[in-house]
Amino acid sequence: MNVIHNFPLFTVLLSLFSGVLCTRLSNKAAKYYTAVLQVLLMALSASVFFYTLQTGPFTYVLGEFPAPWGNELRAGVLESMMALFFLLVLFCSCIGGWHFLDEDIDESKHNLYFSLIHLLTAALMALAWTNDIFTGYVFLEILTLTSCGILIVREIGRTTLAAVRYMILNLLGSGLFLLGVSFLYDITGHLLLVPMGDTIGQISGDPHEMMVLTLSLTFLTIGLSIKSGLFPFHFWMPDTYGWSTPGSASILSSLVSKAYIFLLFKIFYRGIGIEVFERMPLRNILFVLGLCGIFFGSVSAIRENNLDRMVAFSSAAQIGYIYVGIGIGGSAGYTAAIFHIMAHGLTKSLLFLSAPRLAEASGNSLLFKNLTGSGLRNKSAGFFFLMASFSMIGIPGLAGFSSKLLFAYTALYSGSNLKWLLTMLMLSISSLLNTLYFIRTDIRIYNSSFDRQALGEKEPGENGQAPGALSPAGSENPAIPEAPAADSSEEMAPLPLSKADKGQKGRSAAPDYIVPATILILLNIFLGLYSQGIADLINIGLKGF
Amino acid sequence: MMETLFINYEEAVAIILFGIGFTMVLFQKNLIKKIIGMNIMDTGTFLFLASTGYIRGRKAPIIIDGIQKTEAYINPVPSGLVLTGIVVSVSVTALMLSLTIRLYKRYHTLILDDIYLLSRHQAEDR
Repeated sequence: MNVIHNFPLFTVLLSLFSGVLCTRLSNKAAKYYTAVLQVLLMALSASVFFYTLQTGPFTYVLGEFPAPWGNELRAGVLESMMALFFLLVLFCSCIGGWHFLDEDIDESKHNLYFSLIHLLTAALMALAWTNDIFTGYVFLEILTLTSCGILIVREIGRTTLAAVRYMILNLLGSGLFLLGVSFLYDITGHLLLVPMGDTIGQISGDPHEMMVLTLSLTFLTIGLSIKSGLFPFHFWMPDTYGWSTPGSASILSSLVSKAYIFLLFKIFYRGIGIEVFERMPLRNILFVLGLCGIFFGSVSAIRENNLDRMVAFSSAAQIGYIYVGIGIGGSAGYTAAIFHIMAHGLTKSLLFLSAPRLAEASGNSLLFKNLTGSGLRNKSAGFFFLMASFSMIGIPGLAGFSSKLLFAYTALYSGSNLKWLLTMLMLSISSLLNTLYFIRTDIRIYNSSFDRQALGEKEPGENGQAPGALSPAGSENPAIPEAPAADSSEEMAPLPLSKADKGQKGRSAAPDYIVPATILILLNIFLGLYSQGIADLINIGLKGF
Repeated sequence: MMETLFINYEEAVAIILFGIGFTMVLFQKNLIKKIIGMNIMDTGTFLFLASTGYIRGRKAPIIIDGIQKTEAYINPVPSGLVLTGIVVSVSVTALMLSLTIRLYKRYHTLILDDIYLLSRHQAEDR
C-alpha cells in the first residue's frame, strides 16, 4: 500500500494529538506550533490531492476490516480539495485572529484556545474524509462542541448567551440527525455510505420503504440545515458571529457551516444515491428555502447598523446560494454549490478578519456611524475589506463573480423553466441588494469628511441612554446596575481618538494581518480567474465521488 | 395502522419521547428544563436504536459456553451506537450545564428571555 494512503488518517490523528499537546505548551509555543502544524497538514492534503488526481480515488480501511463491517476513510479529488480549502482558511483565520486574542481571551487560556482549534481541525478533517455516516455523526458533535468552545473563549455575557442559543439549535439539529441516521440504519442495515447507497438503490422501488427513506432524509436535512443556517434557521447567525472573537467568527462562518453542508452532500451523493435523491421532492424544498434565504438574509443585512452583524446576515444569504445549487441539481448544480462553498469561505473569512480592524481604528465600535473614514485610518484593512466586498457583490475577476456566473449557467441548462427564471430573478435581486449594503459600507469607510467632533458628541449620548433605560428594570437586581456603568466608562475611554489612532498607524502594517489577508485575496482572485479549471476539477471529483 | 404501532410499541414510545424532548428544548424558557429536554430527546433516540438491534429471546453478543452461531445473539452494532451516543450526550450536557452556570453567575436568572433582555441593556465593547 502506498504511503500516501495513510495521509488522510494522519491529518485527523495529528490534529487530535496536537489538541492534547497544546494544553501543555506555553501560549507562544502553542501559537507557532498551530501555524506549523497547519502548514504540515496542508502539505499532506495537497499530496493526497495530486495523488488522487493521477490515480483516482482510494479507500483507506481502518483496522483492515473489509467493507460492510469496518470503518472507512475515502479520499478523492473532491475530498482532498475540501480538506485543503478547510486548512487554508483555518490557517489564515488563526493567524489573522492572533492580534485579538490578547484583548478577548484571558492570558492564561491562549494555549487552550489553540487546543480547541486543533480539535476542530480534527473534526473538519474527519468530516472531509469519512465514508461512514456514524463517524460523521460523532465528528459532527465534536465540531459542534469545539465551535461552541472557540465561541465562549471570549468571556462576556453576550457571547455566552450567543453560545447557549447556538448550542440549543445545534443540539436540536444533532438530535434530528441522529434520528435520521437510526432510521437509515433501520431500513438499510449499513452505516458505511457506499453499501447503504447500494441497498437503497435496491429498495427504492418499494413505496413503503421510500416513505421511511423520505422521512429519515427529511430529518437528516432539517438537522444539518439548522446547523448550517438555512433560511428559517438563520437567526442565530448574527449573534454568534458578531460576538465572538474575530478569528473564531471567521472559522465559524466560513468553515463550520460549510463542513455540515459537505457532509449532507456526501450523504445525498453516496449514501442515498444521487438518482434516488433527485426523484424526491426534498430537492425542490431546498431550492425554495435557499431562495428565501438569499432574499431575507440580504434584506436583514440592509437593516443592520452593525458591521459584523451585517456581514453575518450576508452569510445567511450565501448559505442560501449553496442550497439553491443543490436544489437545481445535476452535476453542474452540485459543482456550482461546491464552488460557492469555497468562494464564500475565502471571502467571508477575509471580511470577518477585516471588520474588527476597521472597528479598532474607530474607537472599537462596529456601528456604522462610527466607522466613517476608518478605511483611511487603517489602510490595509480598508483595502482588503473593499476587495472582499467586491467579491461578495460579484465584480468580475473575483471568486464571487465566477460563482454567480456558474449558478446562472447551471440554472440556464437545468431544463426547468421555472427554476431558471427564479434563479435569474433571485441572482439579480440579490446582487442588487449585495451592492446596496456593501457599497454603502465601502463609501462610508472611505469617506474622508470624517468629523471627529461629531463622533465625540454623539457617542456619549448613545451610551448615556443604555444605563438610563436599564435602571428601572435593573433596580430589582442588585448585580446588574454596576456592570453597564463600568462598561460604558470603558467604552468612553478610547474616544479621544488621537491616541488610539497613533497606535493603530504603527500596527496597520502588522504581518499577522497582511499575510493571511494577502493569501486569502490571492486565492480569491485565483478562484475568480481560473473558475473553469476549478469547476472541471470539482466535476472530476464528483464523478468519482 | 394502530396495530403496527402496538406491535412496534418500543419504536412508537421512542418517537413520542423524542417529540417530548424536542418540544421541551424548543419551547421551555428555563435553561435547566431545556437541558433535561435535550436528554429526553437523546434517550428517545437511544431507545429507538436499542430496540432496533434487539431480537426477542436472544442474548447479548458475548461468547459464553462456546456458542458461536450468529442466531444465538442480538445485533451488537446498535448497542455500540447507543454507547457512543451516550458519551456524546454526556459531554454535550456537561458543556451546556457549564454554560448555564456562567450565565447564571452573570445574570442571576435561568430564564432565557430575561437573560436576553438583561444582556441587551448592558453595553459591552464592540
